[in-house]
Amino acid sequence: MVYSDRVRDLYQGQLGGIREAGLFKQERFIRSPQGADINVEFPSGAEVKPVINVCANNYLGLSNHPEIVQAAHDGLAKRGYGMSSVRFICGTQDIHRELEEVVTEFLGTEDTILFPSCMDANAGVFESLLTKDDIMISDRLVHASIVDGMRLCSAEHDTFKHGDMGHLEKKLQQFQDKRLRVIINDGVYSMDGDTAKLDEIVKLAEAYDALVFVDESHASGFIGATGRGTHEKCGVMGKMDIITTTFGKALGGASGGCVSGRREIVEMCRQRARPYLFSNAMAPVIIAGVLKAFEILKRGTELRDKLEDNARYWRKGLTEAGFVIKKGDSPIVPVMLFNAKLAQDVSRDLYAEGVYAIGFFFPVVGKGQARIRTQLSAMHDRHHLDRALDAFIKVGKKYECLGKTEEEIVARYGL
Amino acid sequence: MDDLKDVILEYVIAEYGDEDDKITYDTPLISGGLVDSFSMVSLKRFLEVKYKIAIPDADASPEAFDSVHKIAELVRRFTA
Repeated sequence: MVYSDRVRDLYQGQLGGIREAGLFKQERFIRSPQGADINVEFPSGAEVKPVINVCANNYLGLSNHPEIVQAAHDGLAKRGYGMSSVRFICGTQDIHRELEEVVTEFLGTEDTILFPSCMDANAGVFESLLTKDDIMISDRLVHASIVDGMRLCSAEHDTFKHGDMGHLEKKLQQFQDKRLRVIINDGVYSMDGDTAKLDEIVKLAEAYDALVFVDESHASGFIGATGRGTHEKCGVMGKMDIITTTFGKALGGASGGCVSGRREIVEMCRQRARPYLFSNAMAPVIIAGVLKAFEILKRGTELRDKLEDNARYWRKGLTEAGFVIKKGDSPIVPVMLFNAKLAQDVSRDLYAEGVYAIGFFFPVVGKGQARIRTQLSAMHDRHHLDRALDAFIKVGKKYECLGKTEEEIVARYGL
Repeated sequence: MDDLKDVILEYVIAEYGDEDDKITYDTPLISGGLVDSFSMVSLKRFLEVKYKIAIPDADASPEAFDSVHKIAELVRRFTA
């Protein structure tokens, strides 16, 4: 027992600093399954409140889909609860390989390897493939899990300005002396909702002999005409060398992720990726649920079409109301408020009006770029969106940020 | 030495600045969120090529790269 007062004081001081900076994160307890309508207890001990959820990654509304819940029950009965093993010892069931094959076919790649999460996939993929003789060139807004994965890798790394193809080209020219070049992107950027220009990126990759990596976590299942992802939307199916994605968002929302791509690259991950080698196989119950999610997607595009309609309706409603939103066509719609305190105040007032939407601010987004990130779902019906829009308009009027430009909001509230 | 600072400032503005950023010699680059630690690689490479120096990784800390002024001091140490 060496947890002395000195150590306690040290951490209490750090936690105090996080609180003072307004960065302290508190969990809200949801007393219902995930969905468009949820019951929330916040703060802890408060009366449970029904709210409309516009901040889940439940894009296709599959998190509590009855067929997936049933498939999970069946999977539990047929294959049991846990594997008590990593994949390569005695943790691989037939359904693990079946899911890998289903994902490969869906994404249009050569092979796939499952990971406990996409965070783990991103943590393991770079160190499995690259050495100090290589260069990773990443968009400056890639997800934190990719940043961590690059940190774990001995290859050199550099960045290009978000979505700036001219800057990327310069970097590719600059690093022609390297053994391998990898261009690293998110398919859909989770904080801004915009998509990578994968068609242009592929052209640059071909011109400068580079591999293309894309994290499709906020795209798989709904971006592109049949929901295959950003590479489908950009017309470059089959051209991605490395795709990582998650089953924890649109594809049932439980957990799990994968690396999908060139056969040798996937095999290198199977031999070398530490989060694959040293953590348990995905639970059979989740595999069964994800397999059902893909089966539902194969039947048709109704869910992603409804999501697309919802996103269009929501963007139009917010724009007409006079909010500043980030342009794009994905179901991630950031409502820009610029000032961190304003974003927190608006989020709190929205909750009082029965709408659950969270404020994001530095360091999660750039300084002076605070926002409420809203996310649409195929679970949302028009009445959800209309009620949520009414709440946004009421709160927007209170803070007088409707019909105002960025400059006007910043002039009033500061950065 | 102002020449050195101006060369670095010009590079930093082109590489990391947006239209709205007013970057000066003392603007905190990394702690201020303008430059992430990964992006330091190209800056380090630029300095090494331009001034024909080798900056050991141990010296290329986020603190040492946190402003144009500090970067100039670092370069001076290796060119002296």
